[in-house]
Amino acid sequence: MSIRAVKLGKSFGSRLVLRQLDFEVSRGEFVVLIGPNGVGKTTLLRILASLIRPSFGQVWVEGLPLPQEAAQVRRQIGVVSHQSLLYGDLTAEENLRFYAQLYGLDRFGPRIRGLLDQVGLLSRQREPVRSFSRGMQQRLSLARALLHDPPILLLDEPYTGLDPQGGQMLDQLLQGVASQGRTIVMTSHDLQRAAPLGDRIDVLSRGRIAASFHRGEFPMDRLLSLYQQAVAAHG
Amino acid sequence: MVETDRARARPAGPGNYFRSVGVIVWKDLAAELRSKELLGAMLVFALLVLLVFNFALELDLPLRQAVAPGVLWVTFAFAGTLGLNRSLALERERGCWEGLLLAPVDRSAIYLGKALGSFLFMAIMEALVLPIYSALYNVNLFQPGLLLVVLLGSIGYVSLGTLLAAMAIQARTRDVLLPILLFPVVLPVLISAVNASAGFLSGAPMDQIWPWLNLLIACDVIFVAVAYMAFEYVVEE
Amino acid sequence: MLRERESATRLALTGVAALLLLAALGMVFGYAPREAVMGEVQRIFYFHVSSAWVGMLSFVVAAVTGGLYLSRRERYWDLVQVASVEIGMVFGLIAILSGSIWARPVWNTWWTWDPRLVTTSVMVLVYAAYLLLRQGVEEPERRARFGAVYAIVGVITVPITFLSIRFLRTIHPVVIGSGDASALGGFAMTPKMLETFLFSLLTFTVLYATLLVYRVRLALRADALEARRSALLAGY
Repeated sequence: MSIRAVKLGKSFGSRLVLRQLDFEVSRGEFVVLIGPNGVGKTTLLRILASLIRPSFGQVWVEGLPLPQEAAQVRRQIGVVSHQSLLYGDLTAEENLRFYAQLYGLDRFGPRIRGLLDQVGLLSRQREPVRSFSRGMQQRLSLARALLHDPPILLLDEPYTGLDPQGGQMLDQLLQGVASQGRTIVMTSHDLQRAAPLGDRIDVLSRGRIAASFHRGEFPMDRLLSLYQQAVAAHG
Repeated sequence: MVETDRARARPAGPGNYFRSVGVIVWKDLAAELRSKELLGAMLVFALLVLLVFNFALELDLPLRQAVAPGVLWVTFAFAGTLGLNRSLALERERGCWEGLLLAPVDRSAIYLGKALGSFLFMAIMEALVLPIYSALYNVNLFQPGLLLVVLLGSIGYVSLGTLLAAMAIQARTRDVLLPILLFPVVLPVLISAVNASAGFLSGAPMDQIWPWLNLLIACDVIFVAVAYMAFEYVVEE
Repeated sequence: MLRERESATRLALTGVAALLLLAALGMVFGYAPREAVMGEVQRIFYFHVSSAWVGMLSFVVAAVTGGLYLSRRERYWDLVQVASVEIGMVFGLIAILSGSIWARPVWNTWWTWDPRLVTTSVMVLVYAAYLLLRQGVEEPERRARFGAVYAIVGVITVPITFLSIRFLRTIHPVVIGSGDASALGGFAMTPKMLETFLFSLLTFTVLYATLLVYRVRLALRADALEARRSALLAGY
């Protein structure tokens, strides 16, 4: 089990965002977390990313318990947020070099070039990130997340702000990453966009997983109505 | 797609710790050299403060020399907050702060990296202000003793300042909050630095200056230790 | 049942505080002798120093609860901390004001740069900064953490500030005010004065404890109210 959460709960002050949440992801699985805005998808992802401590319950990433083993967990995960986590004044290559050194990598030169090539930015490596379009920044962000070759990739609404072309490119890249056998958890509020990508779709509602669908189990229009039902039933 | 060369992640160790600190400092310097926003702002601000003091205190020469240490350190204290704010604010855009927190490095390494970076910015600002000040106030500030005090004072200032700036930028009132938080608690550093500076400038005997230097060094050690340990509580969630 | 018992203790404490305060007032104006040099105005001293004492006590309590919160993460310590800071700030201001009122007729100035007075002022500024910090942070857990860290930083730096100012005063004697660096208004205390002084200290400490109890209770209730409201809004 790559990721496992048992009776996970998170409260901010008196506001309970996640409650009694059970969640499991097998190695190599691609899970899409769907839910309306504000339901707690980002919170769950940030707990998995070791950025937030859970208030109740337990969570393990690659067998390591959080928050105790947070430092070790960070080696196992790559995170792509809707913010790019990149320094605008530095070039693409410098950004990747910075993160490579931060992650303690050796001999990272060829790897950086390889990743830049993979995401189609090799020709722009000496340009400052400030000049990149949103789509390019997201692709570079993905390269950054993959630098240390993590077995798990966490993506928080990565399609935010992308035009159709950018979205298509991201689709292809994610499919490539998935085929490498990495475990992927991606959040989205757009069911139609995200559903075709995942092996499994989990619906988050009122602080817990309300429903779970497997790929191909239902056609899209049925899926949409099932999703709306799940959200309505729980909140 | 096949990776031609898989990079290995080093296990955590002292080598990686200092490497992380170093790379954070490098990154701050490189980014600042490109944009030059911060240094420009600090320099202009410092010069403006000096000018205001000059016109507000129309003094003759001996009095000018007497107020020099005070004016100097007030200038540094105010311009320093710009550096601290900027150093941390730099991480806020595009969520880079999370990028740092996600890395498998000790939080204290982030603290040291940021503090060192802020210290270097402050030192650059001071290196530019001192000659200008010497000229404007007709005081020779390039004495080794005084430079030592400037160094020690900046260390104390930046060590607490980085910790408090990390808190301030997470608050809504971020711009005004840092001076409010910092100035009451950094007073011992300022008092010691001003008095030690005054001692060196007036050519006082060393045994009069030593107590202030001692206090300054003690403050530096205490402040760095406290900030180093408290930092992780400020950046965790 | 528990609330009944709590109520009784609280009322008892309030009663004791009130009685002590009346007694202290009586002692200050009736029992303590008139000071030879300064006259009646010297009587401010008893409450002036006691207020400063409460200010400092609150400061230490704030730092200690800060440490407790960071290690245990129990919200209760955070509430006690805020209460202590608020009360300490008020008493600190009282100390400063009373010092001012005392200084005016004796030294013909509203302010003396006495090290203890200056340090109390710095302490009040740290308090104010603390409250502004909390005001600027919305999330309760983060607010508590930041408050705890700042209170601890404050309790470490303020005594150092005091030492540095005091050292300054030994080499630069104060022109206004007492030439003695460590006494705001030196005068010899007779046994009756000492008794009155110690009794005032006791009174103010009990007063502090009473106010703290009430303020923490208020905070706990506000918390409970907020929790109920969120639960209702979330539809439970």
